[in-house]
Amino acid sequence: MSAPTRPAPVTNLADGEWHRLHPASPLLRGGLVFLAVLGFIIANLRERAIDLFLVIFAPDAERFGGRGGPTGDDWANDPVGAIVTNGLVGWALVALLVVVIAVIVGFWLSWRMHTFRVTPEAVEVKSGILFRSHRSARLDRIQGINVNRPLFARLFGTAKLEVSVAGQSANVQLSYLGSTLADGLRADVLRLASGARAERAATQAAAATGVALGATSADPSPAQPAEPGPAAAPAQPAASADSGRPAAAGVPLTARAGGLVTHRVDEFLAPELDPDLAPPESVVHLPLGRMIGSTVLGGSTIWAIVLVAIIVAGVTSGQLWVLFSFVPAAIGLVSYMWSRITKSLRYSIAGTPDGVRIGHGLLSTGNQTIPPGRIHAIEATQWVFWRPFGWWSVRINVAGQSVSASNEAAQRTLVLPVGTIADVHRVLGLLLPDAATEVEPFVVAGLTGRGDGGGFSSTPRRAAWLHPFSWRRIGWAAASGVAIIRSGALVRSLTLVPLARMQSVAVSVGPIDRALDLAGIRLHTVTGPVSAVLPVVDRGEAMRLFERLSEEAVERAASDTTHHWGAAQAAQAAQAPAAHEAAHGEPNDEPPTDVTPTDEPSEGPVR
Amino acid sequence: MHEVDADWRRVSPKYVVVEVVGSLIGMAVFVGVGLVVYFLFDQQWALWVAIAIAVASIIGIALEPRRVRSIQYRLREDDLLFRRGIMFQRQVAVPYGRMQLVDITRGPVARALGLADLKFVTAAAATAVTVPGLPMEEADRLRDELVALAETRRAGL
Repeated sequence: MSAPTRPAPVTNLADGEWHRLHPASPLLRGGLVFLAVLGFIIANLRERAIDLFLVIFAPDAERFGGRGGPTGDDWANDPVGAIVTNGLVGWALVALLVVVIAVIVGFWLSWRMHTFRVTPEAVEVKSGILFRSHRSARLDRIQGINVNRPLFARLFGTAKLEVSVAGQSANVQLSYLGSTLADGLRADVLRLASGARAERAATQAAAATGVALGATSADPSPAQPAEPGPAAAPAQPAASADSGRPAAAGVPLTARAGGLVTHRVDEFLAPELDPDLAPPESVVHLPLGRMIGSTVLGGSTIWAIVLVAIIVAGVTSGQLWVLFSFVPAAIGLVSYMWSRITKSLRYSIAGTPDGVRIGHGLLSTGNQTIPPGRIHAIEATQWVFWRPFGWWSVRINVAGQSVSASNEAAQRTLVLPVGTIADVHRVLGLLLPDAATEVEPFVVAGLTGRGDGGGFSSTPRRAAWLHPFSWRRIGWAAASGVAIIRSGALVRSLTLVPLARMQSVAVSVGPIDRALDLAGIRLHTVTGPVSAVLPVVDRGEAMRLFERLSEEAVERAASDTTHHWGAAQAAQAAQAPAAHEAAHGEPNDEPPTDVTPTDEPSEGPVR
Repeated sequence: MHEVDADWRRVSPKYVVVEVVGSLIGMAVFVGVGLVVYFLFDQQWALWVAIAIAVASIIGIALEPRRVRSIQYRLREDDLLFRRGIMFQRQVAVPYGRMQLVDITRGPVARALGLADLKFVTAAAATAVTVPGLPMEEADRLRDELVALAETRRAGL
């Protein structure tokens, strides 16, 4: 690992300057493959190597193993042997050396050319050696920030930070950064994106952690010891923040190495969720037993049983082709269940000032922060086997992340893998902080209730023709700009859509619907696992609901301030009567739309 | 403020031709395949399939004027309403502020008739609002109008 060329350890990556990634990044990103290939070659050539040493150093000795003489010019089957017998060992070593040097130079160059900076407007990344790319993601378009620490990266004390924005493969990846730096950068990016002023946050952080330094300074300079962003960082000595390189030069090597190891072990044993980050009462944890039980009772179990039955039947009846076609599926299923359990270990979901933070993982850890107002739809589901235990899972739609159906994407949209009704209450409170109290009364009726009552609309009896089991459960309610849809009997589901982020609404009437004077309503949100559909409703009511939803969606979207969620509070707190109101703000009890901090360039859309 | 109309607007009646040509081509292909199978391989069922497809297409073509008349849109104060369908009716409301982009496409037949399709794209794939069969200058005008409306009512994602 080469030492970085930075003059001083950097503690604040969000200072608007260009920074480099952790020096070990190329190794962690692509080098593992290289190492694996090397290991593979060595493991395979071990026996040959012993032979070869004999050939090189003792050409006259009798070869053991009884193979017939030294290998000749058989280049195709035994290139190594051919090299040795033809006296090309020197050239081969030179070639090997050239390759190794080329790889190392390539790694170094790619590290050198990969720079990023965080300005108050955007996160920018420049990368590429031959084909340069410059990617810039606007901060007010950030949909979420993920910090992942694969096991190997954790050994190096590094983390991968990913800023997700809406759009296919538009995410900005910073892999890898020093572990503590990544946490700090996450907090800083979120703070900048929130629109709150840096100075204010810096004063706050300094005051909160009891560090008096820097409280008077107006702008946080990079060399400043008190980090403005993360509440976690001040606990660590600033010198070790750039992990992998203790700064104290005079300390003997062994002590430094010892310090490094202790630091790394500390990092490993630290709780996944920093206790300073979120108040403990807002944190939801998962017991391991429930996790395993829910997976075993999950839908995949049915498939597992079916698969095993098919395989057993196939084997007993001598149909061996069954093995070839179904065993891979079974392996896939088992690995899915296993990854579901391991990824949910040490799971936590917590509310932080800058959004909901979802963390998980035992060896490879990851966490995801979704700023306020980035959640487009929420669904709590319970399928029939979970009902005796009262277990629910919660999924969300967020822009940009859920387009692909990959395992990772599914993981990110699964906010609560399994939880009780009380957990669902708390998670909904975290996901919808503005409307939590208004939505609260509908939750129990929405999760388990049927028929009218509990504030939900009732479905006419004739709907039983179309939905014989679930018609009693189908119903809708609306509270504080959130549409609430209840449906499903076998798989109970409660869907919540914040109207401020609903994209459009459709009412559809098919021939059978028309004969029964019914209609269906669908709320369109960004793509994701949740689809907000009210499958059947009285036709007249459907039209009224359609009008109401389409009107309220416009209103709520106009009064939504979440793209700069911290701006309103910052402006209020900073005795800012100068904050100007929007020309035609909605007569709403929410804070005015266009309040921007005093001297920040107003980039909020003019309404 | 932009002017907004209270009335439903219909697409050009000429759009029937586009739909009919499309159906005819589809019908010709399937019926042709059926007839080829019937004559070359002497399969009786292929003839019946071909006849069934032809009858279904002709009924569809007969209903085409009504279907085209059912395609309507309306620019309201803050959102675009769009509806279509006679058997399966669908009505969508899209707030202007949700617009991500407007697409205008012209197929060969539509171009010959001076028509264009206007697609209103939001962040939700399910929105699927495509106003077909607009006269070209009206499509351009509507696009500009929608963009202007979206600009004044812009909302986040």
